Amino acid sequence: MNEPAVVQIRNINKYFGEGATRVDALRDVSLDIFPGTVIGLRGPSGSGKSTLLNVIGCILEPNSGNMRLNGELVYDGRWLRSDLRKLRLEKIGFIFQAHNLLPFLNAWENVAIAQVLAGVAPAQASRRALELLDYLGVGRRKDAMPGQLSGGEAQRIAIARALSNDPRIILADEPTAALDSQRAGIVMDLLRKVAAERRTAVIVVTHDEKIFDRFDHIYSLRDGALELPDRMAA
Amino acid sequence: MNLALKDIRHSLGRFLLTCVGLSLLLGIVLAMVGIYRGLVLESLGLARAAGAHVWVVEGGTRGPFAESSRLPGDTRDIVAAQWGVAAAGAVAYQNVEATHRGATKRLLVVGAEIGRPGEATGLVAGRPIIRSRYEAVADRRAGLDLGERIELGRDTFTIVGLTENMVASGGDPVVFITLRDAQKLQFDLTPSAARREAARTPGAIVSTNTVNAVLVRLLPDVDGAQFAQTIERWKQLSALTQEQQENVLARPVIERARRQIGLFTSLLLLVSTVIIGLIIYTMTLDKKKSIATLKLIGAPDRTIVGLIVQQALGLGLISFAVGAVLINSAQGYFPRRLVLEPADAGTLFAAVLVVCLLASSLGVRTALKIDPASALAG
Repeated sequence: MNEPAVVQIRNINKYFGEGATRVDALRDVSLDIFPGTVIGLRGPSGSGKSTLLNVIGCILEPNSGNMRLNGELVYDGRWLRSDLRKLRLEKIGFIFQAHNLLPFLNAWENVAIAQVLAGVAPAQASRRALELLDYLGVGRRKDAMPGQLSGGEAQRIAIARALSNDPRIILADEPTAALDSQRAGIVMDLLRKVAAERRTAVIVVTHDEKIFDRFDHIYSLRDGALELPDRMAA
Repeated sequence: MNLALKDIRHSLGRFLLTCVGLSLLLGIVLAMVGIYRGLVLESLGLARAAGAHVWVVEGGTRGPFAESSRLPGDTRDIVAAQWGVAAAGAVAYQNVEATHRGATKRLLVVGAEIGRPGEATGLVAGRPIIRSRYEAVADRRAGLDLGERIELGRDTFTIVGLTENMVASGGDPVVFITLRDAQKLQFDLTPSAARREAARTPGAIVSTNTVNAVLVRLLPDVDGAQFAQTIERWKQLSALTQEQQENVLARPVIERARRQIGLFTSLLLLVSTVIIGLIIYTMTLDKKKSIATLKLIGAPDRTIVGLIVQQALGLGLISFAVGAVLINSAQGYFPRRLVLEPADAGTLFAAVLVVCLLASSLGVRTALKIDPASALAG
């Protein structure tokens, strides 16, 4: 690994509540994720997977530790950037369990919206959206509304949206949970392709054992503590 | 890419249906304002149509529309002889109930002298009264046609001309007849006991030659207020300028109507605010997941606020436009005169925009509170 880590987390702690009601969601979590790798995060419900994803996504502020994203120290006991929204928009792509496509936009508009929000001219955003849809093999569905798409198609379009601002990090929350094993495999292969070709770090929260062989590393979380990688892809 | 428009297009049917419902409410608000304007115009219509500059009435009274005013019939000659008078005409007013085609109508009968101030003007059909007896000019709202005959008191009159929107302040249509006919009508309608008593009184002269007011048209450059002051020197006479007469006529109507219609209009606008607020709030709740997703991928707050405020303004704009078209189309079917003035429509439109902005605040507040992390939750 010659390239520096895109996500570098050191001794991150996050708890909810105080005193007797305090729950430690993350305990001294340290993690490096490098460009081009696909990381799996697994663990039982309440183990802290989503909390870790929210912290990396700059949605949830930890209580202590530090975090670098793409080399920039963004958290060191407190957020060091005031425009976390902009950081998310430009550096992080999100993929959701239920695709979360905006129901009032068609496929290409759903992809272009992230660029439009980043200030890209609409014509340019539209061109890039169509390129991404072609890249992910759903170009012919560009005008379809989310309700007209199959689960697999919708998830590919969600991946295209996550890629539209060329992020360095993709955070995926159970992206294959609603898909059958064949489509789940296709989605994971696409994420691997994206990671390899665009040098993007992909972090996937999953319970789905069918796709464990698609990860470079799989980390387990138990009671907020990160265990060492327990499996590496062949 | 306008997210508000895209969302509206996505659920166009529901949005338009909501607009139609709201447009009825806003249409009613517009109609209330139109009725108020109509009331004011109607209350002034009769006084304005006379074209007088000064109204001479019984001393110590405020004229025939506010209280009883009786003047001797020769007052007109005395007034006409004053310097500065271009024309003067005596008038008599009498409320009557007449039966026509089996229906009872309430009418305001105006007796005026032919060719003098006070006679019917602005005829829309037929001709003015030219015979001294038994001819009448009626307002269209009386439902009388040209050539029809109507019984007023003990006499029968032929309709020779028609006016439009000439009604009393209470909305009763006006029928013009000659002063002579009106004086007889007033006598005929006096209670019979009073007539008998007058006839029995030894030496009493029963005169029907009384009028309610004398309308004065002044020569150019003659000041109405000054002329009125001159007339007031006669203790038995009072004089009001046209402006004062309009105030006497309109003030009670305006004050009462302003209070009643103002209350209803305010209530309707309040109801509209609550309805728009609830609609926008519901629409925001429907989009909770989309808003969370937008926030998570990095949409600024102004995008979210813009989405909600634009939809609220769109709702108000379309509803107002539909409401205005509906009321304009139905204008002729209202039982009272509806006067829709562009300035009133403009003011209401501005009020609707303010209402929409206020109403959207609940939706905006809700949207801004949505946690972006909720997009990740299943």
